[in-house]
Amino acid sequence: MTQDQSPPPMIKMDGVYKAFGSNRVLRGMNLSIPRGSSMVIIGGSGTGKSVALKSVLGLIKPDAGEIYVDGKPAGSGDRDAFLARFGMLFQGGALFDSLPVWQNVAFRLQRGSLKRPADEARAIAIEKLRRVGLKPDVADRLPAELSGGMQKRVGLARAIAADPEIIFFDEPTTGLDPIMSGVINDLIREIVVEMGATAMTITHDMSSVRAIADNVAMLHDGVIQWAGPVADLDQSGDPYLDQFIHGRAEGPIEAVR
Amino acid sequence: MSPLSLLARLGRLALGALAAVGRVALFAISTFTHMLRPPYYPREFALSLLQIGWLSLPVVGLTAVFTGGALALQIYAGGARFNAEAVVPQIVAIGMVRELGPVLVGLMIAARVTSSIAAEIATMKVTEQIDALVTLSTNPMQYLVAPRVLAALITVPLLVGIGDIIGIAGGYAVAVHNLDFNAAAYLKNTVDFLEPLDVISSLVKGAFFGVIAATMGCYYGMQSGRGAQGVGSATKSSVEAAAVLILAANFILTGVFFSL
Ligand SMILES: Nc1ncnc2c1ncn2[C@@H]1O[C@H](COP(=O)(O)OP(=O)(O)OP(=O)(O)O)[C@@H](O)[C@H]1O
Ligand SMILES: [Mg+2]
Repeated sequence: MTQDQSPPPMIKMDGVYKAFGSNRVLRGMNLSIPRGSSMVIIGGSGTGKSVALKSVLGLIKPDAGEIYVDGKPAGSGDRDAFLARFGMLFQGGALFDSLPVWQNVAFRLQRGSLKRPADEARAIAIEKLRRVGLKPDVADRLPAELSGGMQKRVGLARAIAADPEIIFFDEPTTGLDPIMSGVINDLIREIVVEMGATAMTITHDMSSVRAIADNVAMLHDGVIQWAGPVADLDQSGDPYLDQFIHGRAEGPIEAVR
Repeated sequence: MSPLSLLARLGRLALGALAAVGRVALFAISTFTHMLRPPYYPREFALSLLQIGWLSLPVVGLTAVFTGGALALQIYAGGARFNAEAVVPQIVAIGMVRELGPVLVGLMIAARVTSSIAAEIATMKVTEQIDALVTLSTNPMQYLVAPRVLAALITVPLLVGIGDIIGIAGGYAVAVHNLDFNAAAYLKNTVDFLEPLDVISSLVKGAFFGVIAATMGCYYGMQSGRGAQGVGSATKSSVEAAAVLILAANFILTGVFFSL
């Protein structure tokens, strides 16, 4: 990989294995994300991109391999303090359907170590909703009353609500119209550049990849098949990557599995 | 099938059952340790009190009043065979308070509360809401499980007490209106006959049954498999387990209170 080794990467996955029964999903995945950079993971459906994100957060326990966050093994030390550094947008939104939208967004600000007064938490929630292109009047609706794309954006607002250092986005623009996708791409870029956050984004949308990535990694067959700066994407010479980014049915990746 | 392989299969079944018991026991212990440890979630707890306690009142009341009434009719008819019709108030009281009140309330709670807790938590599991809770630094055992089990521990004995009273009232109404019992004498017989231990056993059973009902709902919800099928099967298993465990616990507690 093309990274200098001086400061420890914010996230480092070292030979991570994970199988579900006979389904061997991750088979020695190595990945390193420098602090304050934006990494985009691409790869076919079902190759284990979401599993990789969840492994870093400790939601899924890898069978083998090491994961380091900020130089320290993930899972060592205080779990609350560890998780407080992260924001995560789940692929399916994962909004709490018993709570109104603003309480979803402000969830972290209403309890625990980051607790704020209720009106302040609400104001922050409304500000974050605005940043993902949602008007204040959705604040008091229930998640089930929103469209799929709106739910996704509420999930995004919740992920960034507490200004985390490390943000994971699992398909942030899936289900959004092109204009809204552009807004979200800009937002992710802004969070990395202005707030210095480290981002790891999964997407299938190649225009998103080019808009938000510093580095790109392609997951295939349980390992990182290719990784490098986004500028090298088109001259990688890697047949798998070429097939993937051009969306060809013909190539080394079998379309029917 | 050879006897040996049958034995092996039986052994595996027994081990599997023991492992399940162990997992449930560990889950229950973990629930109680999380109950004692901050942070506490008063809003979740208040909602659970409302859901488990207050909103169960109608079904508990209806179950109790019909059972008390039917009990009075049965005892009267049965007692008439050996001129013992007069024992209606005593037997209704003891039957309701010692057995039928706690068991029927427990089973109604298993039907109403266990199923809804299991379906709710399983849906949260399937839609990654539990994972989302964890990433938001909130422990699901503390945020979802502990408030529900604590609320059941507190409200189900109260529901049982109310069920006992309503059941006796149902018996009283039938006895006084249909069977020509004297109202004042019926009440006096009931009150004189009941011992403090009867009432205590009733409430203690309620506490156990409440904990069983809520814990089973949470346990199966948290264990749920993926998809709608996972939710359905978690709900079904939770109610089955809660009902069987409530009846088994009732047998054991009855033994502890009344035959030791
Ligand atoms: N909790 C789980 N239990 C069993 N299998 C799982 C679980 N989570 C993921 N898998 C399996 O792991 C594989 C990878 O899943 P994952 O969700 O990571 O795919 P993905 O790369 O994110 O795909 P997509 O782009 O479609 O979201 C799939 O085959 C999936 O069935
Ligand atoms: Mg995925």
